[in-house]
Amino acid sequence: MAHVRRAAIRAGVLGLLLLPLLRVVALAADATVTIDNFTFNPATITVSPGTRVVWVNRDDIPHIVVGRDDKSIKSPPLDTGDSYGFTFSHAGTFAYFCGIHPMMQGTVVVR
Amino acid sequence: MADATNIPSRRKVLECMTWAGAAAVWTVAGGVPRSSLIGVGTAQAAEATGELTFMQISDSHIGFHAAPNMDTPGTLKEAVALVRQQRGDSALMIHTGDVSHLSADSQFDTAWQLVGESGLQTHYVPGEHDVLIDDGKAFFARFTPGAPRGWYSFDERGVHFVGLNNVQNLKAGGLGNLGADQLAWLKDDLAGRSASQPIVVFAHVPLWTVAPQWGWGTDDGAQAIDLLKRFGSVTVLNGHIHQIMQKVEGTVAFHTARSTAFPQPVPGTAPSPGPMKDVPADKLRSMLGIDKVMYVPGKQPLAIVDTPLGA
Repeated sequence: MAHVRRAAIRAGVLGLLLLPLLRVVALAADATVTIDNFTFNPATITVSPGTRVVWVNRDDIPHIVVGRDDKSIKSPPLDTGDSYGFTFSHAGTFAYFCGIHPMMQGTVVVR
Repeated sequence: MADATNIPSRRKVLECMTWAGAAAVWTVAGGVPRSSLIGVGTAQAAEATGELTFMQISDSHIGFHAAPNMDTPGTLKEAVALVRQQRGDSALMIHTGDVSHLSADSQFDTAWQLVGESGLQTHYVPGEHDVLIDDGKAFFARFTPGAPRGWYSFDERGVHFVGLNNVQNLKAGGLGNLGADQLAWLKDDLAGRSASQPIVVFAHVPLWTVAPQWGWGTDDGAQAIDLLKRFGSVTVLNGHIHQIMQKVEGTVAFHTARSTAFPQPVPGTAPSPGPMKDVPADKLRSMLGIDKVMYVPGKQPLAIVDTPLGA
């Protein structure tokens, strides 16, 4: 049984060593923009390539996330509590707005 | 409200209307739509010949289910009952958009059945909540048959009605939008018409700029107004902002209707144009309502009566 315990300890140590790395990966994979009071928060978000940005609508009114130039960014209507994710693979600056309240604007900077 | 020797200016009438409170009856008389208090002006108007009265409802938002209104079908039903009570000999009704909250078929069904109980032929224009799915195809098929892009016109007792769609192809940072195609159609539609023909324009988002920071206006609305300026009587009826606002510019009178679902704040009084959530239950119906519009040929001016669902 001793070798089993050693293996478990080894795995635990390995896990502890990997933990910071995993956390970094988790952060890079998921950046959140909330929608409150007809505003994207934060209005500008900077992420690394490969990041999935998730928009969460916390208003009682639906919103639609639409890329200004990149038309592949387009959410379905987001009702209260709904979210939409888009993975930004390449570096660049991506302006977007709400397709039904176009004064709502935001930017994703990927670098 | 007016007689031959003492005709109040339209501005004066509109000022009066500000205090009139909640269903609007529109009467178009002598080329000038007029509004009057239900129970006061209506009886007078009914005696005139060639008059036209019609009703307006707006912003039903069937599918909205949150504070301050957990029962939007219920308040629409109340609004339609009020229409039945107030309509008199109304020729028709207009619905200025946001029939649904999320463009769902079931929401369209509910609204269609409830509005149908008004007994009035109803002419719709889309709100942005009605075109969320598939570019609004389901809305247009049901509510604007024969007008697949949501704009159209018709005549009723000498009055020319124009329904416009300013809720699609919106541009980043912009307001409501008519677009070049629709403006070209409008120019063509109005060409050759006598300047003495009364015009009623109805669209969801206000055609004039009410509050740009909240998107309450139409980017190219001024181009539409320019096409209408040569007419002696133009009435522009909108919804979208869930409260009554009005102004007069030359021969053009603008008026927005209350919602039948929930009130929105006065610009500058809240962080966003979202629903006013903290309205006490016993006050909600004072902030919802319908409109009656009256036009009486040969008499000044057009009258709009806003009537709330409750005190």
